[in-house]
Amino acid sequence: MGIIEFAKSPWGQDVPIHIFFYLIYVAVIAGLTFFIGHVIWLRYFAKKEEFADSTPPGEVAKLPAEIKRHSLPARLFHWVQAGAMLTLLFSAFLPKVGVRFEWLQWHWIAGVVLTVSIVFHIIHASFFMNFWSIWPDKIDIEDAGRRWKRSQGEKAPAPRRFGKYPMENKMYHLAIVLAGLSVTLTGFFMLFRIRTPLFTRNSYMFGDMTNGLMYTLHGLAGVGLIALIMIHVYFALRPEKLKISRSMVYGTIKREHYAEHHDPKRWVAEAE
Amino acid sequence: MAVIRDVMPAFELFQPATIDDALNLLDKHGSEAWVMAGGLDSFDWLKDRIKRPSVVVDLSQIKELTGVKEWNGGIEIGAMTTLTDVVRNPIVKEKFSILATGAESAASPQIRNQGTIGGNVSQDTRCWYYRSGWKCYRAGGNTCFADTPTAINREHAIMGASRCVAVNPSDSAPALIALDAKMVIRNKSGERVVDAENYFIGPALDIRRMTVLLPGDLLVAIRIPSTWAGAKFYFEKVRDRPVWDFPLVNIAAAMKVNGDNIESIRMAVNGVAAHPVRLTAVEASLVGKPRNAASADAAGQLAIQGAEPLRHNGYKVPLLRNLVKRAIRGVEEAKWA
Ligand SMILES: Cc1cc2nc3c(=O)[nH]c(=O)nc-3n(C[C@H](O)[C@H](O)[C@H](O)COP(=O)(O)OP(=O)(O)OC[C@H]3O[C@@H](n4cnc5c(N)ncnc54)[C@H](O)[C@@H]3O)c2cc1C
Repeated sequence: MGIIEFAKSPWGQDVPIHIFFYLIYVAVIAGLTFFIGHVIWLRYFAKKEEFADSTPPGEVAKLPAEIKRHSLPARLFHWVQAGAMLTLLFSAFLPKVGVRFEWLQWHWIAGVVLTVSIVFHIIHASFFMNFWSIWPDKIDIEDAGRRWKRSQGEKAPAPRRFGKYPMENKMYHLAIVLAGLSVTLTGFFMLFRIRTPLFTRNSYMFGDMTNGLMYTLHGLAGVGLIALIMIHVYFALRPEKLKISRSMVYGTIKREHYAEHHDPKRWVAEAE
Repeated sequence: MAVIRDVMPAFELFQPATIDDALNLLDKHGSEAWVMAGGLDSFDWLKDRIKRPSVVVDLSQIKELTGVKEWNGGIEIGAMTTLTDVVRNPIVKEKFSILATGAESAASPQIRNQGTIGGNVSQDTRCWYYRSGWKCYRAGGNTCFADTPTAINREHAIMGASRCVAVNPSDSAPALIALDAKMVIRNKSGERVVDAENYFIGPALDIRRMTVLLPGDLLVAIRIPSTWAGAKFYFEKVRDRPVWDFPLVNIAAAMKVNGDNIESIRMAVNGVAAHPVRLTAVEASLVGKPRNAASADAAGQLAIQGAEPLRHNGYKVPLLRNLVKRAIRGVEEAKWA
């Protein structure tokens, strides 16, 4: 047992062919362990969330009752991506745990949908949203340090309020970007190795080693996504996060939540 | 062909005397166990040291698995019945002669004396890249060595390929599909009966297996209902040598005619895909049609719709078309145009 399975190529080389599929179970166990760990942390160790500043009540009253958080295209992207991602994960891994069905067509079609939706998202985020709002900045990193120190009982100033996205959203997005781009880029080249109406099949674009590395990266990112998606669903359904999760359906968050957690100066308004 | 290395890797050999004992062993050892019938395919794998099971369950001592008996007007053939016994059985010869012809066209007399009907329908593909031990898709890898520009793929699939282009080599399989046979499968949790056409699976469903059998499963019998008893049958196998050779393409058809018209028909071919292919569209197009050259022509054309030959097996397309024509109208009507 290991992480990568190797085989002999016709030229006698040892080449990677894919990951060992028991890693599926490892990913599921990792996801579950995270849930349990997080619940214990919240229950017994976490301190109440505090911020360095707040919006004066007079200012809050002037805000609209619902603050726009996600535009319709952004929400649509999220749900299309979620559907494609779940289809990809189930079609990839169910057959590996013994559920028989013609998975490949579901998998490649969902892969194409995901790729197109990601391209759309990159364009949308670059030109129609505040591109930098989702990437951790200097304040986020400083505040993460402050939170950590405070959680350990050390002295540190209270962290500032978030911009549009809390730090954990940003970190999660970063992880999804890495895993998502790994699966889509490798998946794109893997598409040429199967018969689809999209391209003339060509499995000889790369040598055995490159192909093997591509399958391996696809698999590693894929099992990583199992854990990541589990964690995402867990957070989305946590009671204290529901206020944010609902904005992925309705597009808005409540004014009180906004005023308490978000700094209007850091949350740059976006075009629709 | 793989080099026979002669000395098999060590395994624990069990020779149960009853089906129940065999099922207990298969259940206990799961995917570590190898079911052995006549051993003709099994010993290839073991001697080539490509499959290395830790347990072999030899069915040869299970008397309940052999013989042909009457069943509901049709017959039930024990999975361990040899191909020779199937060929020589008087009921098979009289009512289901297409099976006798199909089984008799397999391999050589010696092989048919030892090879069983259960083994024949459950045998693995003959793709030599796979059988030589290359880690191809079917062997758990990420490549089909038979589907490259320089591959030797004259015997491979022209349809139904999903990454793997290997074909099913059984001669009895299309005959059983044409006869609407039922495969009786047992495991520790019970029995299930699967239509012959669904017994065989392609790489899209499971690239590592040729049949629906999973670890723990045993094919115990094949039932042939009376539905097609005494129908008009056609079996033809095209191969490189007249004996001891696997089919390039074979065809089996069972037909009921009413005057000049085709009342009903079942038709299956093998050697063109990873599983024997029942030609349902062709069947549907023929029902109620006169059995003449025009119907045969149209059916032949329909049969090859969607065929995607590889570099060296383009000949299988006209071969398939003409076999379908011959199955409907007879040898004299088919042309190699
Ligand atoms: C040189 C040669 C030429 C041949 N030519 C032809 C040909 O032209 N046409 C043709 O159709 N066949 C041909 N065969 C195949 C041969 O006819 C046998 O049918 C075949 O090799 C397997 O039969 P067996 O009884 O020996 O099974 P085995 O080799 O013992 O088993 C074959 C496979 O089936 C599984 N199996 C067997 N019985 C059962 C069961 N009851 N339940 C679950 N799994 C089971 C085994 O696990 C194994 O995977 C040829 C074989 C050889 C060696």
